[in-house]
Amino acid sequence: MKCHHCDNQATVHLTQILNGQMHKMDLCETCAQAKGVTNPENLSISNLMDKVEMEVDTANTSMVCESCGTTHQEFKKGGRLGCEACYHVFRPVLDPLLDGMHAGIKHLGKVPAGSESRIHFEQSMGSLKKKLQEAVEKEDFEKAAELRDQLRDLQNESKATV
Amino acid sequence: MFHKILSKESGGKKQPKAIPVTLSTRIRLARNLRQFPFPGRAEVAQKRAVLSKCIDAMSGIKGLNNSISVEVDDLSELDRQILVEQHLISPELSQVEEGSGIVLTQDRSCCIMINEEDHLRIQVLRPGLDFSSVWKHADEVDSGIESAINYAYDGELGFLTACPTNLGTGMRASVMMHLPGLVMSKNMDKVINAVNQLGIAVRGLFGEGSDANGSIFQISNQQTLGESESAIIDRLNSTLESLVRQENFAREKLLQDDRTRLIDKMSRAIGSLKTCHLIQSAEAMDLLSLVRLATDFGMMPDKFRGLADRMFIEVQPGHVQLSAGEAIEPNQRDELRAELLRNQFLRAPLLDLSSHS
Repeated sequence: MKCHHCDNQATVHLTQILNGQMHKMDLCETCAQAKGVTNPENLSISNLMDKVEMEVDTANTSMVCESCGTTHQEFKKGGRLGCEACYHVFRPVLDPLLDGMHAGIKHLGKVPAGSESRIHFEQSMGSLKKKLQEAVEKEDFEKAAELRDQLRDLQNESKATV
Repeated sequence: MFHKILSKESGGKKQPKAIPVTLSTRIRLARNLRQFPFPGRAEVAQKRAVLSKCIDAMSGIKGLNNSISVEVDDLSELDRQILVEQHLISPELSQVEEGSGIVLTQDRSCCIMINEEDHLRIQVLRPGLDFSSVWKHADEVDSGIESAINYAYDGELGFLTACPTNLGTGMRASVMMHLPGLVMSKNMDKVINAVNQLGIAVRGLFGEGSDANGSIFQISNQQTLGESESAIIDRLNSTLESLVRQENFAREKLLQDDRTRLIDKMSRAIGSLKTCHLIQSAEAMDLLSLVRLATDFGMMPDKFRGLADRMFIEVQPGHVQLSAGEAIEPNQRDELRAELLRNQFLRAPLLDLSSHS
């Protein structure tokens, strides 16, 4: 594991609870001393976090979700995202936060089988239709017929599973 | 109709017997619909669309039989307060303006909040400690809704929620625990710190920021991403087991080291409950907590544990007003509350110390 501040091996693993939130940080011996980690009385992980955030901040101040209008400032202040698209837009600032917040950064729980297959179906239909249109525009009728059959098969398949 | 469900003494089904230390088990799943902004960012019209979509999706679902739905707007202040006191809705939902709703089963074992912080908050609760049946019920309702609605979901991040702290499983599993031993022995702060390190949160009776009246605490998982639901529940369960052990140890130690003082407290609590004429809810909670403790020690008949649990809720301000049939001033409430408790504890025996002498 690498130190949060430099590339040295982290040997000090810090966990602190702030306002009910758990924050984890891994530091090397030198950085730990420099930040006063060896003296827990004087330590505040929020100072450490602020510094990290400030570095990220300068690069991300202009971030805004086009889908719902949530800005990076709003997210920082309220801690809430506005819509599913925000998870794409704010991913760069979100990832380091998630790392300290959760047990891992990959979902290992329930998978919504219905939603997944319906979304997959919509996406496949969408891309086939687009390809079909392109083929028609190019007057590639052989390809178009093939795509039309694929579309029909996909539709029948989805009817069969429902 | 809604009023009737709330004032019913308990659900239709027979409630499990109250057990020492653990009062109730709850699982909450946070879910959002695809292609709609989260409630905090939504216009009223969008919220209304989500509300009707959700209610449509819930009709005919197994696990939601005999449920009714209602818009929060249509509820009186008092009904909302009662729902909060019964832990069926959050204080936040009780304050919302428009476009939010509640779906509640007749037995009050499942309550779904629509357009709270997330589009859906599916909650299942049961008395005692029983994660497996609570999870089964919540999972069934969730899958039922999902068969008709597309959830906002990402293969890597799981269920997408307004607050990243709920991301992934969207699951908050919690138990309500009665920990007077740890409170009286002044070990609670230490315990809270220790379980925090394990990713487990401790809150007061009414959730975030509330006091721990009656030594009742809500213990729940803090982390929702990176582990499966069953792994989260297993981890919470092992923390709970250790908390129960520590609580029992603290109780035994108090009984050994400070026996007379402890017995004096429990004994006087029963006296106060039998004789009070004016009492505020916080004091009532503390007295009831001592009754529950005395029952766990075997110094009171078993049925007083269940009575204490029922009274923990019925002494809350909203419930006192519900029984009065109207909104009343705090002074009058204290009088009515005292009358309720006097009647309930009229025939309560004195502490039976035979097995502890």
